[in-house]
Amino acid sequence: MSTLAIRDTTTMLRRNLRHMQRFPMMSIGALGMPVLMMLLFVHVFGGSLDTTIPGGASYVDYLVPGILVMSVGAGAAWTSVNINTDMGEGVIARFRTMAISRYSVLTGQALSSLLNTLVSLALVIGVALLNGFRPAAGLTGWLAAAGLLVLIAVAFTWLGIAFGLGAKTVAGANSAALPLQFLPFVSSAFVPTDTMSSGLAWVAEHQPFTPITDTLRGLLIGTPIGDSGYWAVGWCLVLAGLGHTRARVLYNRDPAR
Amino acid sequence: MAITATGLRKSYGDHVVLDGLDLRVEPGTVFALLGPNGAGKTTTVQILSTLITADGGRAEVAGHDLARDPAGVRAAIGVTGQFSAVDNLLTGDENLRLMADLAHLDRREGRRRTSRLLEQFDLVEAAKKPVSTYSGGMRRRLDLAMTLVGRPRLVFLDEPTTGLDPRSRHAMWEVIRGLVADGVTIFLTTQYLEEADELADRIAVLNGGRLVAEGTADELKRLIPGGHVRLRFADAHTLDLAAKALGGSSRDDASLTLDVPGDGGVHQLRALLDRLDDAALDVQDLSVHTPDLDDVFFALTTERTARR
Repeated sequence: MSTLAIRDTTTMLRRNLRHMQRFPMMSIGALGMPVLMMLLFVHVFGGSLDTTIPGGASYVDYLVPGILVMSVGAGAAWTSVNINTDMGEGVIARFRTMAISRYSVLTGQALSSLLNTLVSLALVIGVALLNGFRPAAGLTGWLAAAGLLVLIAVAFTWLGIAFGLGAKTVAGANSAALPLQFLPFVSSAFVPTDTMSSGLAWVAEHQPFTPITDTLRGLLIGTPIGDSGYWAVGWCLVLAGLGHTRARVLYNRDPAR
Repeated sequence: MAITATGLRKSYGDHVVLDGLDLRVEPGTVFALLGPNGAGKTTTVQILSTLITADGGRAEVAGHDLARDPAGVRAAIGVTGQFSAVDNLLTGDENLRLMADLAHLDRREGRRRTSRLLEQFDLVEAAKKPVSTYSGGMRRRLDLAMTLVGRPRLVFLDEPTTGLDPRSRHAMWEVIRGLVADGVTIFLTTQYLEEADELADRIAVLNGGRLVAEGTADELKRLIPGGHVRLRFADAHTLDLAAKALGGSSRDDASLTLDVPGDGGVHQLRALLDRLDDAALDVQDLSVHTPDLDDVFFALTTERTARR
């Protein structure tokens, strides 16, 4: 990126952060939801789910990596709604007629969404530790897990931006991103896939959330990773590339009248 | 030329919005594009300001080819659209600072220009309030102030006074005159004939995606019938003689006036006065009546609709 592109992106990031600061309720909602989901699973379903976990690990330890991945999905949905709302603002048309780095609007949004998601992840981990989460990971494990989480967050943020740009309405943006929030339920995020019916288990084993969650779980609590690691990184790179390319194409379309 | 456009075309599906538009705008002048709703005014501004691309034709804006060098065009222009292009979640001051940052001004220069514009546009008191609390007039002023942060040489104003009260409208006109005095070229669209008449050096009338007329306000007024020279005489006898001398005129005996149809141009007046002189007739009073722009507008825009 050129210096001007960095400068414009920083300006756009500052604009987005100021928006969040003015209207914190939307961010707080997005931050709080995954924490609530975790508490719900641990304290309501946890008792009966404990027995299904292989190797006698506690359910909290099994669950937290899934909740982390789900938080990233929720962050993407938030991003999708956020950019769709913003695109409806007249000021975006002004940006398009100004001599600025063209994609700084998108990159600024991606960075602020990423920050939002990372805060949400930190919050989940903090609350998880208070609720009995005892990861086995050492420093390397934590660093690798953090790296993977950032990679997932980048991929899903760009997907969220692409969904948000493609949707005609805010409601549409929300439903377009719904799979990102729903798919973790049909993966190894909350229960092992071998407890599902066979058709569903097949879907669960072949969708991105399962290898991503399994890798994260392996890094944090030491379950076997196998080839999930390659699948997880591969999925993230492909999804990030798709999301980023699609977002640029959609942004370059003539704005609707 | 500040703007030259040839054969601009744009359609949305089957709906043709611009059907081969040609434009020439001289630098340092105000050019008004006049037309009813749906004539294609906003589309023209959106194309010339790089917001959307034309389906056909070519244009050069501020010396840069629209298709090949949109970045060059963007660096020279400022746009104030019909729908306010302000950030509603920020304050007025923050909006202007945002523009200063995006114009790549250093902090001090940005602050200086921001505070000067706040003053010039009478927004100092509201500067720290969120734009969502602004009235329509304040919003429009902030919008234009934001456009001016980057000191554009060519400013597009798409219906800048639509929906404003008369006081705000006159204030906006003053600002526009000030810009022209500084050498800025203005491309204005409006549905108000009075506005075009007040501000514009040249006026083009757009209807159904084509220009139906172009010229100065006076030239346009002479385009359509309805203009006449009104002569008033001292008594009925002189009126009689004059009516005989000037065939084709219509008389009003009560007011002792005679209406001679014509454009009221210098040639017609000279010929008219010569004939009155030859007949040794004394005229009490002479006035030229040109149709106002409203007449022109209705004549030009209904004619086209009727022909369809």
